[in-house]
Amino acid sequence: MTTQSLAPPEALPSAAPPQDLRALALRHGLTVSGARPSLPAYARQLWSRRAFITAFASARLTAQYSQARLGQVWQLMTPLLNAAVYYAIFGVLMNAKHGVPDYVPFLITGIFVWTFTSQTLTAGTRAISGNLGLVRALHFPRASLPISLALQQLQQFLLSLAALVVILFGFGEFPAPSWLLAIPALFLQTLFNTGAALVLARLAARLPDVSQLMPFVLRTWMYASGAMWSIQNLASDGRFPAGVVLALQCNPAAVYIDLMRFALIGSYTSAQLPPHVWALAAGWALLAFGGGFIWFWKAEESYGRG
Amino acid sequence: MADTERVPTVVADGVHITYTVRNGPSGTRRVHAVKGVSFAAYKGEAIGLIGSNGSGKSTLLKAVAGLQPVERGQVYTQGQPSLLGVNAALMGDLTGERNVILGGLAMGMSRAEVRERYDDIVEFSGVNEKDDAISRPMRTYSSGMGARLRFAIAAAKSHDVLLIDEALATGDARFRRRSQRRIDELRAEAGTVFLVSHSNSTITETCERALWLEAGTLRMDGPAREVVAAYEDFTGAGKTRQT
Repeated sequence: MTTQSLAPPEALPSAAPPQDLRALALRHGLTVSGARPSLPAYARQLWSRRAFITAFASARLTAQYSQARLGQVWQLMTPLLNAAVYYAIFGVLMNAKHGVPDYVPFLITGIFVWTFTSQTLTAGTRAISGNLGLVRALHFPRASLPISLALQQLQQFLLSLAALVVILFGFGEFPAPSWLLAIPALFLQTLFNTGAALVLARLAARLPDVSQLMPFVLRTWMYASGAMWSIQNLASDGRFPAGVVLALQCNPAAVYIDLMRFALIGSYTSAQLPPHVWALAAGWALLAFGGGFIWFWKAEESYGRG
Repeated sequence: MADTERVPTVVADGVHITYTVRNGPSGTRRVHAVKGVSFAAYKGEAIGLIGSNGSGKSTLLKAVAGLQPVERGQVYTQGQPSLLGVNAALMGDLTGERNVILGGLAMGMSRAEVRERYDDIVEFSGVNEKDDAISRPMRTYSSGMGARLRFAIAAAKSHDVLLIDEALATGDARFRRRSQRRIDELRAEAGTVFLVSHSNSTITETCERALWLEAGTLRMDGPAREVVAAYEDFTGAGKTRQT
């Protein structure tokens, strides 16, 4: 750690290096160590590391609760307990269920879908800063880390979905053809989450304070996205201009939450969705993933510095 | 040395490395860890890096591996040099078995390669000698067992340019002999080996050439025996100066 130089040491190289080292290196076709590959080469490297990415994701998932007595049961317990708390506060105390048919499926779908996004973003902020040891010891495309953590959250969310289906059965929602729409909705949300995780990974790698700020950003975003209340009812209320309501409805978190509700809950109709909702969902996903990937790659050689 | 026919594998050309240490909201401190180091390493060489604590040996090794950006100058390499070590990729909560797979994949092996070498890795580490420890979480291992398994995983892959940072000082005497043999094999397979060690005898036994770094500058570059002798003189003098 301490590398203070007190006395400038008298250099006495006994074997004088060749005069022009650069020319020597280039003559023999050596390349610059640690240089950033081109974007297509980077994508190819990442693809060749897919086995590591998936193994790292499932290893993290397994390790997550291995110290807890109940072990993997927590994977289901955590979202269910969250849903119970939100039901008690928003459904019962604050009466957000007023005017929302099938409030419990509405609420639990909203919470679970939101949790997937918020957990992925939180994991993204720690993807580089929390794995510096790995980044400093081994060579691999750094995007493997945020992508792997996003994949871990997807696996976690698929488990929550199983719990969600059971709850839906309990409240009289049964599989219908519209449930198939959950697949493209989930795919687009995953793309969006991964892209946002890449952005946050680079931000937090440079500025560790981002991870301190994230809980507040995420909480505000959750309340603004109608995870436990209906943005649609806000519109009929008339206290806010239609533009504000539309902006809330078009934010990516609200779009993915509402699409999942539309897919899974019979009484949630397309009338409650913003216009061009699938285009919005796809647009957010492509923007976040494409932009996030390129932006993350641009700083590839700097991760782990300092 | 006017021998231009030899093939260089690592060329460091006036390398400066600095990094920032953050301490608190206002204070960041720049550490100038390596100051203008130049050398050329050739195929078939084993090179020892010696110097006092904090002289920049490990930092220089990281720059050769492409894991630490250089501030000025340039490091040119043939292929991708690799540090020997996978500690950071392993997870204590997972079984030894899953860690072997995870560590292998982290080093860039394919699933098929990992499967192929799995038995060798476990046997080499010797963790299964008494019971079926490989199916237990790694955090339940003794520190020696953990170190042996980590070394076994790390040494499973051969590299063009291999960088070893104090990896020999793990495990008991029997395992040290075994790992010394494995290092020799890796050396034979690799083009060039760099070894950082505080053990002067390890350097003279393993390497024919040595670089001596002191406070970030290259003090000496030459046959291992001569460089180690000069370094020993220096550390002896250093002790009397301190008192």
